Amino acid sequence: MSGHPTYQPQSAFMRWMERRLPIGGLVYSSFVVYPTPRNLNYWWTFGGILAFMLGVQIVTGVVLAMHYTPQVDYAFDSVEQIMRDVNYGWLLRYLHSNGASMFFLAAYIHMFRGMYYGSYKEPREVLWILGVILLLLMIMTGFMGYVLPWGQMSFWAATVITNLFSAIPLMGESIVSWLWGGYAVGNPTLNRFYSLHYLLPFVIVGVVVLHIWALHVAGQNNPTGVEPKSEEDTVAFTPYATIKDSFLLAVFCILFAWFVFYIPNFLGHPDNYIPANPAVTPMHIVPEWYYLPFYAILRAIPNKLLGVMALAASILILAFLPWLDTSKVRSARYRPLYRQFFWVFVIVCVGLGWLGSKPPEGNYVLIARIFTVYYFAFFLVILPVLGKIERTKPLPNSISESVLREGKPIGAQAPPPAGAKA
Amino acid sequence: MGPAMAVARTILALAVSLAALAAPALAQEHEAPAPPMNKWSFAGPFGKYDRAQLQRGLKVYREVCQVCHGLKLVAFRTLADPGGPGFTVAQATAIAAEYQVKGEPDDQGEVKDRAGRLADTFPPPFPNDQAARARYNAVPPDLSVIAKARGYERGFPRWVGDMFTQYQEQGVDYLTALMRGYRDAPPAGVTLPAGSFYNEYFPGHAIAMPPPLTDKRVDYTDGAPMTVEQYAKDVSAFLMWTAEPHLEARKRVGMQVFIFLIVLSGLLYFTKKKVWHDVELHPEKLKPRPPSEYPRG
Repeated sequence: MSGHPTYQPQSAFMRWMERRLPIGGLVYSSFVVYPTPRNLNYWWTFGGILAFMLGVQIVTGVVLAMHYTPQVDYAFDSVEQIMRDVNYGWLLRYLHSNGASMFFLAAYIHMFRGMYYGSYKEPREVLWILGVILLLLMIMTGFMGYVLPWGQMSFWAATVITNLFSAIPLMGESIVSWLWGGYAVGNPTLNRFYSLHYLLPFVIVGVVVLHIWALHVAGQNNPTGVEPKSEEDTVAFTPYATIKDSFLLAVFCILFAWFVFYIPNFLGHPDNYIPANPAVTPMHIVPEWYYLPFYAILRAIPNKLLGVMALAASILILAFLPWLDTSKVRSARYRPLYRQFFWVFVIVCVGLGWLGSKPPEGNYVLIARIFTVYYFAFFLVILPVLGKIERTKPLPNSISESVLREGKPIGAQAPPPAGAKA
Repeated sequence: MGPAMAVARTILALAVSLAALAAPALAQEHEAPAPPMNKWSFAGPFGKYDRAQLQRGLKVYREVCQVCHGLKLVAFRTLADPGGPGFTVAQATAIAAEYQVKGEPDDQGEVKDRAGRLADTFPPPFPNDQAARARYNAVPPDLSVIAKARGYERGFPRWVGDMFTQYQEQGVDYLTALMRGYRDAPPAGVTLPAGSFYNEYFPGHAIAMPPPLTDKRVDYTDGAPMTVEQYAKDVSAFLMWTAEPHLEARKRVGMQVFIFLIVLSGLLYFTKKKVWHDVELHPEKLKPRPPSEYPRG
C-alpha cells in the first residue's frame, strides 16, 4: 500500500527494532493509516467486537482452566468450587459462559451484515470462506465447552451430538466409539473435549489472523458495495474506525454486562445445574440457543442420516455463497428483491431457532420443514435465479458521491424499478 | 419483477400465518400451572438477601429438609461470609460443631466421626445413593444448587420480558410453589403410583417426597408467621443463597461496571462525533491526502 504516509519510528528503540523486525510498521500500516471506506455504518463494528470477545473467552478460559478438574467425579463440583471459593470465580465463570453467547450473537450479526451488503463477492471469497471456517471452529469449541461443567445437559448434549455420527453408513458405530474413547460418553470423552476446548481457540486465533490478512488485501466492503476509487472515498483507520469501533464495543459491553451481572443464567438451562446422570434422561434435551436453528433443521428431517447431512449442509452451504449468488451488484441497497428475500431469510433463521427449542411434534415439525426448505432454497434457488432476473437500482459512481448526495445516487438514468413505484 | 416481488410477499405472509398456526401447539404444552411469582428481597438490580429470612430458612432446612437432603457444596464457614445469612464466626463455629462429620485417619488408621469445623461442608444424610434408595425408594437430591437447577417454562412472550425485568427467580418460585402444592387426594380419574403424593406443580404430579411442612412445625423466635407459606418462602430464599452465595457481590459489582460502561460509552460517543465531525458535515474542509493507488487491485 504505497501512497499513504509510511511509518517513521519516533524513538531510538523503535528505529532499532524497525530494521530488525518491522512490527511497528506493520501495525502502523494495518491499524493506523489503513484506508477504510468513509461510509461504513455501525454494522461494520462487529469484527472488532468479535476480536474482543475472542480475547475475553481466552483470558477467562485460561484462568478457569487453572481451577477446573476434568474428571467425571469432580468436574461438576469443581465448577461449583470456582463459583464459590475462587476469588471472583463467579465473575470469570459467568463472563465465560455468557461470553460464548455474546460471541455467537456478534458472529451472527457479522455474517448477516456480510450477506446483506454482499461482502462475500469477488474479491472477498476467501475472506468469507475463512469466516465460515471460523464459524465451524466456534461451533465445535462452544459445544465442547458446554460439556465441561458435566451437568445433565452437558452429558446429554454430548451423547446426542456424538451419536449423530452413528448415522454414517458402515463406519458410524466405530466412529462414535472412537469419539467417545469407550462405549458411552464418559471420562475419556470429557478429557478429550477439555483438551480440544483448550486447543481450538488458538486455532481460531490463527484463522482470525488469516481472516484479517485477507481483509487487508481485499479491503473492506461498504454499504454501497462500490469499491473506493479515490482518497476521498476513505478515511484513515485511526482515529476514524478505531473510535467508532470503540464506541460500539462499549455499548456491546453494556449488553454483555447486563447478562453477566443481572441475568447470568438466563441463557442457560436449569438442568445443567443437575450433575450428569447417565441413568436419567432429561425431558427435553436442548442445545444452547446459538445452535437451535441447526438443531431444528436436523429434526425437521425424518431420516437420521439425511437429517445429519442437512445439518452439515446448512453450515457448509455458506462456503459456496460467493458462487451461488450470481448478481453482479453487491449491496442489498440496490437490490430491491434480494432485500426482501434476505429479510425473510433472517426471519426464517430466527424462526428455526425458536422451533429448535420446541419439542419435535405436531405443527412445529411442519413449520420447521417449511422453514428448512426456505433455508436451502434461499441459497440454491433464489440467489442463483435472482441474480439473473433482478433489475437493480443504479449504483452511485463512488462512495463520496453517495455520501455527499445523502444517499441519493445520481448515476445513469435508469428506468424506475417496476412494482412499488411504477 | 412483479411476480418475483409477489413471491417474496407471499412467503412473508406465509411465515406470519405459520406463526399463528403454532399457537395451539403452544397451549397444549402446559400441563402444570405456572408457579405464582413471589416478591423476593434479592430480586432486581439492587437485590440483597434478607438476613433474618436466610437464618429462618436455615432453621427450616435443619429441622425439616436435612433428614433427607444434603448441602454438600456448602461450607459452614460461608454462613459467616458477607452477603450471606450474617452469622458471626462464633455462631457459624457453633452450628458446625453440632454436626458429626467423617474424620481423618488417626495414628492407627482408624477413621472416626468428629465434630464439624468451619472448613467442613454440611455432611450428607446418606452414605451413598443406594442407601437413600433402600430407605425412600428414591434419591432425595442434594440441595446446594437446587434453586438454579429447577425452573419452569416461561413461554413466549414472557421470556422476552424477563430479559428486561431481570426475572431470575423461576427456581425459588417453583420451590415455594412445590412445597405448598400438595393436595390431599389426586383429582378424580388420576391414580398415583404407590408411595407417591399428588403435587400440583411437580412435573407429572406424582412426587415421592411426602408433604414436608405443616403449620407451627418449626419454631420462629423473631415473630415471623409460623405457616407453611412462610416456611416455604424462607427455605427457598435460603436455598437461593446456597446456590448463589455471591449474588450480592455480583449485583453490586454489576452496578459499578454499569455506571462505568455508560459513562465510557457517552465519552466515546462524543469523541466519535468530534472526530467524525468534518468527515460527515464539512467534507470540503478535509485536507487533501496524498494520492495513492486507487482503485485497488
